Amino acid sequence: MTASVAADLSEVARSEAALRTFLHGLPGVDQVGAEQRAAMLSTRSIKTTAKAWAIDLAIRMVDLTTLEGADTPGKVRALCAKGRRPDPADPACPSVAAICVYPAMVATAADALYGASASPRENTVHLASVATAFPSGQAPLDVKLADTQAAVADGADEIDMVINRGAFLAGRYMDVYDEIVAVKGACGTAHLKVILETGELATYDNVRRASWLAMLAGADFIKTSTGKIQPAATMPVTLVMLEAVRDFRDATGRQVGVKPAGGIRTSKDAIRYLVMVNETAGEDWLHPDWFRFGASTLLNDLLMQRTKQQTGRYSGPDYFTVD
Amino acid sequence: MPAFDYAPAPESRSIVDIKPSYGLFINGEFVDPVDGNRFKTISPASEEVLSEVASAGPSDVDRAVSAARKAYKSVWGPMPGRDRAKYLYRIARIIQERARELAVLESLDNGKPIRESRDVDVPLVAAHFFYYAGWADKLPHAGFGPDPRPIGVAGQVIPWNFPLLMLAWKIAPALACGNTVVLKPAETTPLTALVFAEICQQADLPPGVVNIVTGAGETGAALVNHPKVDKVAFTGSTEVGRMIAKSVAGTRKRVTLELGGKAANIVFDDAPIDQAVEGIVNGIFFNQGHVCCAGSRLLIQESVADAVLESLKRRMAQLRVGDPLDKNTDIGAINSAEQLDRIRTLSEIGAEEGAERWSAPCILPDRGFWFAPTIFTGVTQAHRIAREEIFGPVLSVLTFRTPAEAVEKANNTPYGLSAGVWTEKGSRTLSIADQLRAGVVWANTFNKFDPASPFGGYKESGYGREGGRHGLEAYLEH
Repeated sequence: MTASVAADLSEVARSEAALRTFLHGLPGVDQVGAEQRAAMLSTRSIKTTAKAWAIDLAIRMVDLTTLEGADTPGKVRALCAKGRRPDPADPACPSVAAICVYPAMVATAADALYGASASPRENTVHLASVATAFPSGQAPLDVKLADTQAAVADGADEIDMVINRGAFLAGRYMDVYDEIVAVKGACGTAHLKVILETGELATYDNVRRASWLAMLAGADFIKTSTGKIQPAATMPVTLVMLEAVRDFRDATGRQVGVKPAGGIRTSKDAIRYLVMVNETAGEDWLHPDWFRFGASTLLNDLLMQRTKQQTGRYSGPDYFTVD
Repeated sequence: MPAFDYAPAPESRSIVDIKPSYGLFINGEFVDPVDGNRFKTISPASEEVLSEVASAGPSDVDRAVSAARKAYKSVWGPMPGRDRAKYLYRIARIIQERARELAVLESLDNGKPIRESRDVDVPLVAAHFFYYAGWADKLPHAGFGPDPRPIGVAGQVIPWNFPLLMLAWKIAPALACGNTVVLKPAETTPLTALVFAEICQQADLPPGVVNIVTGAGETGAALVNHPKVDKVAFTGSTEVGRMIAKSVAGTRKRVTLELGGKAANIVFDDAPIDQAVEGIVNGIFFNQGHVCCAGSRLLIQESVADAVLESLKRRMAQLRVGDPLDKNTDIGAINSAEQLDRIRTLSEIGAEEGAERWSAPCILPDRGFWFAPTIFTGVTQAHRIAREEIFGPVLSVLTFRTPAEAVEKANNTPYGLSAGVWTEKGSRTLSIADQLRAGVVWANTFNKFDPASPFGGYKESGYGREGGRHGLEAYLEH
């Protein structure tokens, strides 16, 4: 597919017609085939050393998330503590990739994560915030931009935005594109993750088009879901997105990350995703800079499995913190 | 070393209890061969001897056919269909119960990866028995007259590529229709058929309804030529199929033959490329390419050829070749030294004739029979590797410019077993499928099997259909 898309990509977004022609010229996705491939990858059996390696990597890839109306500063501080040191009993346990909160909680989280030096540093936990009128995205553009700027100003170094699904489904691709470009601008140096909300896009063809649209508009990451819509992340959807980032890098040289979010709850699930990353996009993506899990309950299962790998027996959930 | 290095995940062998030697299964019990000849069956992945099995001579075959005839006359033929169905359902359920054991044994004896024997072969075997069990009491409604009758004793000879599945394809419809069988499994893969014999005992199948005679080509010839056999069913090479057709010509025997193939897998420029690449891989590398309907000729539309080949090579580099019992193995061992020689010889001819050879980078085990997944590009219709069945993990890649050219090239073969069409355009799928001279045409998929779907060839790929309602016809007088 690379040859067919290696056309001058800067020209692609010059008009609504050009953008539509490009997106609809991408190879289709056969639903049965994609689901079959994802199911086959789920049968990989990851044991012993490979499992231990995968669990540690998965912990390092978690965007530990709380996105509830009931979030309080106390809850967010607890989550930050957990993210920095997921297993208090084992200092060798890696930190998660990022803490992900609503914009109103960014300042609290920044304080909890970084203290006085209010900027994320190397080897620490990143701070992500969902902006742009998450989760619906149904707000005027200037409100979305203000939302984004506020989160960045408070210390977020990663922004998770939602695309305008209404515009996408109506075929107004340029509107979606322009909005992503504008939000990317508002992010400054913060990394932009673009949430496609694949559960609302409904078809894999749409997932592939939306992935390319987001990447063309400057996304650093493409993310499946808000977690507020069912279905959230699924294996076949993530497969299609991994193929998209792989092909996009072949065509442009720029690597874009992938983040499945919502519904990934067990270590077994997480390992299946890592197998899929490995065998689809390749090992360049097996790093927290390029693959993340948007999750809350996943972390404790990873910790429990990690302890089991080390001790040979399962300990109860009471041995892991609830935050 | 890869970053994500999958640790070995071997399926345990302890579930199978392979006996040091096996007799012939005649009239419901295991008996020694009259002249006492035996041969060894090995694991092609390690060359380890698994067991010794009996080599049936003409007198053994005669005993088996007599037992089958007696069972046909006295028990199985007269039995009402609904009662035959009970036995078939019982066999199907026992196969499911013993699925893991059968899968491990099949992988050991054949060399195919456990993922395939576990997820494809054995489930399909059970499904086939369930499916034909359902037909047993409905034969008057199958479209072959108001009261179709069984034929009698079926002599069945099956290949080594899907030992248990081919057994199911042969035995399930024969028994459902009221025939009794004498089946000869392939010389290199007799073990699952012998465990199937145990399953027949476990299911209390009346003695003589199923008889299994192991042996090589001579055993098969003795069975096919036996005067008391009413029906011959063979799956295997076109060469042997011809011999069988000649030997039964002029007799009252009915014959169905499922022979070789050189299937075209046609990828149009509007295909779903990622899934097409999966389908190409599944088409030729499934079961090490030991598939009569393998998509061994890839026809790609020239405008997307480079892109497809690039994706294909990247995908092939991911294939995991090795221990068939490892749950992560994609490609297992070549079934025999003889077959490996044939694959090597034809591949060398391909290179000599000027095609460009590319093999996936992989480390092959030291012992056993192995061949890296290989593609040849720049192949033309004139190359031998585009015409002869290789029956191994070797793909010949050709290109075409127009749909008409694709059809012309696809049909330009003495075979006609299967074909694949990859396009997102439904009207094109239908029009191309209509023009292809192949028994099975897959659209946007490949190597998909279902007991309800008839399977069989055009031209030198054989005649008769197996599976589905059509599969009943070969086992009914009507």
